Amino acid sequence: MNTAAVPHRDPAWRMRVTWFVVFILLLYPLLAGAEFKPWLLFDAQSLRAAGMFLSDFLVPAVEPDFLAMVLRETWQTIAIATAGLTLALLVAVPATFATTERLSISRLGTGRMHPFAACVRQLLRWVLMIVRSVPELVWALLFVRIVGLGPTAGVLAIALSYSGMLAKVYAEILESSDGHATDVLLANGSARLPALLYGALPDASAELVSYTVYRWECAIRGSAVMGFVGAGGLGQRLDESTKMMAGSEVATMLIVFVLLVAGADLVSKMLRRRLG
Amino acid sequence: MATYRLRGLTVRHLAGSRAPALHALDLTLRAGEQVALIGPSGAGKTTLLSTLACAHRPAEGALEIFGQDPWQLSQAERHRLRARLFLAPQAPPLPPRQRVVTAVLAARLPHWSLWQALASLVRPQDPASAHAALSRFSLGDKLYARVDRLSGGERQRCGLARLLLSGAEALLVDEPISALDPALARHTLAILRQEAQRRNATLVCSLHQVDLAREQFARLVGLRDGRIVFDAPREEVSDTMIAELYANEHVEPQPDTPHATPDQIAVGACF
Repeated sequence: MNTAAVPHRDPAWRMRVTWFVVFILLLYPLLAGAEFKPWLLFDAQSLRAAGMFLSDFLVPAVEPDFLAMVLRETWQTIAIATAGLTLALLVAVPATFATTERLSISRLGTGRMHPFAACVRQLLRWVLMIVRSVPELVWALLFVRIVGLGPTAGVLAIALSYSGMLAKVYAEILESSDGHATDVLLANGSARLPALLYGALPDASAELVSYTVYRWECAIRGSAVMGFVGAGGLGQRLDESTKMMAGSEVATMLIVFVLLVAGADLVSKMLRRRLG
Repeated sequence: MATYRLRGLTVRHLAGSRAPALHALDLTLRAGEQVALIGPSGAGKTTLLSTLACAHRPAEGALEIFGQDPWQLSQAERHRLRARLFLAPQAPPLPPRQRVVTAVLAARLPHWSLWQALASLVRPQDPASAHAALSRFSLGDKLYARVDRLSGGERQRCGLARLLLSGAEALLVDEPISALDPALARHTLAILRQEAQRRNATLVCSLHQVDLAREQFARLVGLRDGRIVFDAPREEVSDTMIAELYANEHVEPQPDTPHATPDQIAVGACF
């Protein structure tokens, strides 16, 4: 008998091997489809072009006038990212409460959600999906047409696409945290929101904060990209300098971006330590 | 009026095979009555307690709580009924990063407005009564400690301190003394019983310590394989009945059975 020869065969082993093979089989056409050819990077012509770019960027621009402008635009970029993220939070937090299955009262005792509640949750999830599947750059292009050139378009684009992302990830963080405390509070008659605040939030808060700060960092980078289509901030200046072939100015602005991201990292670390 | 009336109540597991966990139970519990639930592991004690707490919907039979069938009520009414019952699970439901005072005051959530609940997160609303509840379990000094700084036994008693603040009329306690030493266990059970008596609440307490159950509770319900084996005043419960309740059916070594097949564990497979 086969089982006698291997007395403690892991029943999950065959599935794991199958999934691994399926994954590899799926991955190969993806690489081929993306025209992934890393050896082109080391082509002689590519190396020469890269060298010219780099020598241009070597000396960052430090003229006082230019620095003052960069500072002003940096401030605007931070403002766009923060305002956009705040607006996104105003939508995302209520959407999270509405979509988390953890907070279903009809699920209590039956293991199944009420069909109506399940429909509403699914519908909201689809809305969030549509909102975040359109890239923020496309939203920005749209809003530049509607509200004109300037930071407002950037703020609205970030608010819209990030509300979808935040709500999805918040709901998933809450659902993957240990639900025992929340379930017991609900079973003892607590309402949904207090059950979340007293049951799930204490343990999920560090992760929620760290993801929010990471999204803020993404919003800063995103506002740079959106600047290229005229949505204001440092990105718009970056676009102008690139078109004028002013390599040193571009270098300065890129350094500012690195500093901003490092700053976001620092804030995240501090908050996590405070909450941990 | 009876707090609980069960007639032919069958309860199935919610996930997986939906196999029956409790078979056609008949049980009546009067207001203010104190009952110990005993039986071997896997007998269905925890399922019975969560059924009594409206946290598990029975499949067949009649269940009445305070004279009402909870599953005939609207969802909102049933949730209000849950606030009159208090389920204390075996694993204390306390988030590790929460402060003890917040965890204990969470008992008040069903009666608080959202605004009070929010305010209490910032500044505890009633630390005095949380302290009083903790003091009865000699944990008064842990009021502002974090839950993850407590030992296992302290966490268990902290979960029971929440029970003292709940104001419920039926207390359903699942193995409240599993992490406590014998002296503390007796003291803790005595406090639970005093509290139930003071507010004339029905107390149902599942226990693995049979001697303590016989010493502290006037009525014993023996559960095995989802069936009530006996339901009697403690004077009528003999040592033979106890021995039969816990008699091991699997004394002889089990034949070497193959492990669960992949589709049996497909849902729960984990790393």
